[in-house]
Amino acid sequence: MQIIETGNTAAALGVKLARAQVIAAYPITPQTPLTEKLSEFIESGEMQAEYIPVESEHSALAICIAATSAGARSFTATSSNGLLYMHEQIQWAAGARLPLVMCVANRGVGAPWTIWNDHQDSISQRDTGWIQIYANDHQQIIDSVIKAFCLAEEVMVPVMICYDGYILSHTHMPFDVPDSEKVDAFLPPYRPPYALDPADPSNLNTVTMPDGRADVRGDISLGYMEIRHLLQRDMIEAVPALERVEERFQSVFGRGGNPYVEPYRCDDADYIAVSLGSLSYQLHDVVDTLRDEGVRAGVLSVHLYRPFPDRIIAEALNGCSGVVVFEKALSYGYQGPLCSDIKSALYRHAEGRPFVTNYILGLGGREITTQDLYEALKASCFPDGGAGEETRWIGLRFL
Amino acid sequence: MKSDNIEIRWHGRGGQGAITAAKIVAKAMFTSGYTGVVMVPTFGTERRGAPVFTSLKVSREKIYDLSPSKEPDIVVVLDHLLLEEEDITQGLKHDGLVVINSPLAVRSYRFNGSRVAVADVTDLSVKAGLPQGMVNSGIIGSFARAAGLVELDVLLKTIEDEFIGRKPGENSRAAQLCYENTIMGGL
Amino acid sequence: MPTRDYRKKISLSESGPGDAGKTGSWRIVRPVIDPDVCIPGRRKAPACYICWLYCPDGVISRSVPPRIDYQHCKGCGICAEECPTKAITMVEESSFIKE
Repeated sequence: MQIIETGNTAAALGVKLARAQVIAAYPITPQTPLTEKLSEFIESGEMQAEYIPVESEHSALAICIAATSAGARSFTATSSNGLLYMHEQIQWAAGARLPLVMCVANRGVGAPWTIWNDHQDSISQRDTGWIQIYANDHQQIIDSVIKAFCLAEEVMVPVMICYDGYILSHTHMPFDVPDSEKVDAFLPPYRPPYALDPADPSNLNTVTMPDGRADVRGDISLGYMEIRHLLQRDMIEAVPALERVEERFQSVFGRGGNPYVEPYRCDDADYIAVSLGSLSYQLHDVVDTLRDEGVRAGVLSVHLYRPFPDRIIAEALNGCSGVVVFEKALSYGYQGPLCSDIKSALYRHAEGRPFVTNYILGLGGREITTQDLYEALKASCFPDGGAGEETRWIGLRFL
Repeated sequence: MKSDNIEIRWHGRGGQGAITAAKIVAKAMFTSGYTGVVMVPTFGTERRGAPVFTSLKVSREKIYDLSPSKEPDIVVVLDHLLLEEEDITQGLKHDGLVVINSPLAVRSYRFNGSRVAVADVTDLSVKAGLPQGMVNSGIIGSFARAAGLVELDVLLKTIEDEFIGRKPGENSRAAQLCYENTIMGGL
Repeated sequence: MPTRDYRKKISLSESGPGDAGKTGSWRIVRPVIDPDVCIPGRRKAPACYICWLYCPDGVISRSVPPRIDYQHCKGCGICAEECPTKAITMVEESSFIKE
């Protein structure tokens, strides 16, 4: 059924269709309407789940960790400083190999305090062992949430679905709400490979020795390093696993495609703009204009950010002479994290190395005008356009 | 950047329902065959009564650009006093349209090269049975009359669906009354 | 993911003696339960089991009366501290050495 609603509602409907059993969340702008919607679904009886109000984001995720350890399909959502407040538990959920799903309505982080969009919040959680997927529109939000549970439960790694605060979270647009029966067929109830059971108690993730040792039964219990190595191995394994999930989704719902990247007019492109989230779609119009002017430009939207599909990205960029990375996040003192990752992928996998330029923009909700994008991309497409190798900022004033 | 889009910017005050009004029009236009519909509210730190605006972009194709309307075709103003506080016609296209809820006569308004449509939505909405200050359904009627982009009966049905349990009949009647009492002028 | 594979990937320890071998040799004081003071011992029925609950090594049984696995008990004394009827006494290990 096609409806016109906000991105937060799309996420909430995805969680409802996925039949999440435990929701724990703390309100924070611009995520709040998502979990408010879930609490309404539960209150009205439309959704059978336990909604646990908490006093902080740290507790929200702690509850989801406990619930998932006990075998429940669990969900939480947050933004910005709320996500940062979860940071310790975020690492824990990944190390504990719990198939949680969390939505992040992307927002800049304080200080100074901001409520508006950028990607610094989720990008700063890049190295925590969570799978990170960025959605560009509402259809991708609702579909990604449903797929996320499937992927998480297959590889037993938590998944973060990220979408732009306000720009997507509060914008209304049409999207298809999948049929409940089809979602049930695609995503059966969660069958945990292990769940806490009071009748057969055990400790999870207590102090774990640097080396392996024999457990109470005399079997080998792996050491910390082996456990972490297996997380890395399974994160890498999540790349092909995501393709399998996507194929199944496509066979049931008839839509989807490349779950890693979304190329637009990249096939014969000399210059490719790369970005995460809704910005990628805004770049479509810019690329169309440049094409009309005879510049062979394209856009590569990166959906899967961790695990980083480096080979796939390098292949998508292969043959172009310039890559222009537009980012709403920064590794302070260096460059945009996506830019570093792209360069690293190209170093390993590309035949000829294209030049890479990096633009930082839209921090803390600074408006990104299509005209600014056009000028920046155009400047990067010509050697004398003045783009240079340094990371440049778009939209700065007064300085 | 796409020229075939229609962009409608809605100006109201926090709590006045400008976003709901734009959402209703978005739904009605989607029903009427515009497959590309996005309604992008521009959020500040809202307080009741503070000026707010939202951008509604409609097209026959999917819309990829979610940035706020810079050059709207139509501007809708839910409170005429906003004209004294905000530059509501900023970027308005030369042959554009301004729809205003105002008790003043249409000849009081002149925006260079744009058509103007005026209705006393505040008063007409009370006549329709709504509490004082509920203008977001009424203004849709004026918009429908002035813009001619979407059939009134589609809008009325969408309004009734949106306001289920919240005076759907009165809201629909307010839109109907405003449709009938919108005066065109300008240029 | 099969349970066996999954259990390898997480740090999971079950309650029960033996995780660090026969730790009874670590003990310098030994908890001794007086069955006439211990609640299940006195009532001849399952009850209380505060000692079982608190024992960090899971070496106390939920039997009547509770029994302590001295092969693994490290002699930490938590059971004696927590016993509501003071039925457990910590006795010098040296006093059990047979001449």
